[in-house]
Amino acid sequence: MNIITTQEHQSVESPTHITLANDVDPRTLDLGGVTRIDLQFPKFTDGRAYSQAFLLRRRLRFAGELRATGDVLIDQLVQMQRTGFDVAVLKDGVDASAAQRQLDRFAGFYQGSAVQTQPHFAKAA
Amino acid sequence: MYQYTEFDKQFVRARAAQHRDQLERFEAGQLSADEFKPLRLQNGWYVQRYAPMLRVAVPYGEISAPQLQVLAQIARDYDTPDPALLAHAQATQDQIAGPAPKLTTNYGHFTTRQNVQFNWIPLSQSADVMDLLASVNLHGIQTTTDELAGVAVDEVVDPRPYAELIRQWSTLHPEFAFLPRKFKIAITGAAEDRAAIGWHDVGLQMVKNAAGEVGFKVLVGGGMGRTPTVGTVIREFLPWNQIMNFLEAVIRVYNRWGRRDNIYKARIKILVKAEGQRYFDEVEAEYQDILVKDGGLHTIPQAEFERVAACFAAPALNLPASTSEWVAQAEADVAIEAAKTPAFARWLAQNVKPHQNPALRAVTLSFKRPGQAPGDATADQLDAAAALVAKFSAGEGRVTHSQNLVLPWVRLDQLHALWLQAKALGLAQPNIGLLTDMIACPGGDYCALANARSLPLAAAITERYQDLDELNDLGHIDFHISGCINSCGHHHSGHIGILGVDKDGKEWYQVTLGGSDGKDLSGPTGPGKVVGPSFSSVEVPDVIEAVLDTYKALRQPVQGRDEHFIETLRRVGHDPFKAAANAARHTADAPTA
Repeated sequence: MNIITTQEHQSVESPTHITLANDVDPRTLDLGGVTRIDLQFPKFTDGRAYSQAFLLRRRLRFAGELRATGDVLIDQLVQMQRTGFDVAVLKDGVDASAAQRQLDRFAGFYQGSAVQTQPHFAKAA
Repeated sequence: MYQYTEFDKQFVRARAAQHRDQLERFEAGQLSADEFKPLRLQNGWYVQRYAPMLRVAVPYGEISAPQLQVLAQIARDYDTPDPALLAHAQATQDQIAGPAPKLTTNYGHFTTRQNVQFNWIPLSQSADVMDLLASVNLHGIQTTTDELAGVAVDEVVDPRPYAELIRQWSTLHPEFAFLPRKFKIAITGAAEDRAAIGWHDVGLQMVKNAAGEVGFKVLVGGGMGRTPTVGTVIREFLPWNQIMNFLEAVIRVYNRWGRRDNIYKARIKILVKAEGQRYFDEVEAEYQDILVKDGGLHTIPQAEFERVAACFAAPALNLPASTSEWVAQAEADVAIEAAKTPAFARWLAQNVKPHQNPALRAVTLSFKRPGQAPGDATADQLDAAAALVAKFSAGEGRVTHSQNLVLPWVRLDQLHALWLQAKALGLAQPNIGLLTDMIACPGGDYCALANARSLPLAAAITERYQDLDELNDLGHIDFHISGCINSCGHHHSGHIGILGVDKDGKEWYQVTLGGSDGKDLSGPTGPGKVVGPSFSSVEVPDVIEAVLDTYKALRQPVQGRDEHFIETLRRVGHDPFKAAANAARHTADAPTA
């Protein structure tokens, strides 16, 4: 999971990226030639983009970059990583120093995710 | 009980560590109050009127003696406010008109969610409490099921292994951590629904099809609150091993479509009502995609089911080999004691339920008695309950949604000894299912959301109905009190329900009649009907008495017994009860101080 600042986010313009509102069904889009999709968290408590990321990464096998933008706090990074995001733009003013230990805390999870598709019981068996 | 693996234990410890990390960042000013709020809520930490509240999950209500001991320890060592805070809280409560009970500290509270709440633990100590809970595999997260699961005589399938598998699957699910609103799942495996599944966001009833295969009847979109709604059947039969794949579809569509613009319209019940068949079709299409396109990876393997189910085998009870003779003798001995001691006989009739094993009984310890709020247990009482659970119930108890504690594995020949000890502890009131076995939320004495207090009313009714003959004569009545429309006291499902409302800064109470939680005696699940404009707190006990007097006047014998309250109400309709309730209004309408 790559954590970047708003500045870094805005510094490189990519002509092949699109931005999706969080009420769009990604399955309705033509993703040909798209290399990056920016998904939005208007409030950190609005979790719609997690389902969009899951559908893009897992269902549609989108191989480009999924970038989390908006109200992004370090306590969401684990969910973001697991639903298929690979880049998160931290909200301005958020201290990134505590981020890595959130990502390192859990040795494993019960359910499969967009990235580790097998649930824990499949590994244990 | 489910036996935690090393993975499970490590996971709970990691969650406790996560909470400590978040608390420290909050205290250091690196996390704002708004940012910390949903994070602490996910670990069971709420903030109430005067102090934080911790909700400790007891998954499907099953709890061990060592876990009860840790809850006792938390009550004793942590549920203690700063004296200045307590003094301030008491002074504030004393200003409310009407009788004001003394605020109590150092106790746990059994709730309708089959969990245990604490009301005074300082947030600064919350991380220490989480570590303590993790030491007995407990945490602040939720699930509910039938309190008699695994012992009920009307059980089709034991729901506990499935409840455990769903608990694991839903724990820290990455996609569903920020749904539009709260989300609750209830499961029953019995013919009678004791888990109120129609009132949950998802209700699961375990069934067997014509071929004898196990599956789920799935209901979706139930919920109380401002818009009481009974769940709708979305699937008549779902094979048992598909439950997680199907729930994933149900919740994904809710996450994508649920409303976020209005907190009162964000529950799944609103979505199901608004979209109806379109929602059902989308869930079905999503479920097919999960199976076909994603490969259905959360299909439960037989081996995993068996691993979990093995944890729920009946405990070893050292029962004699020749069971039927032994049972006959033990029953005869119990009957002799009952004939000698009417109080024991009453307790047997009211608090003791039959069991799948004829040599055993399921016993309910009543946490409904004068002088304490419904469901409250002091540190000493929690310790005493732990000792009873260890001695008489193979180390296992069950927290019930009606705020009591069931001992599910009691030997017939130990019933009398258990009764004597429970009685000495004040936990043997023979009132299970009767009026004074009421459900009440903590209300305005503790809760920041409440519009009115619940506990003074609960105390007033408890005091008025102390005569056991009178209580027995009134028979089975579900009496539920909520201090606000969030409905933690399940007023919608009470045969008699009370809802606290706030008008001009004063406490008022709406009275509803005829609600049902879905159990056989209550009839089809549904909310009660309001009898009229709300009543003052001093009027409510008189209104209840008027309603009950009306029942006594109108009831008829049926099948050799008197009709239950709810049966008379259904037969004659609401009008006579409404008239009696409204006639009980005090003419001088001002609430007295």
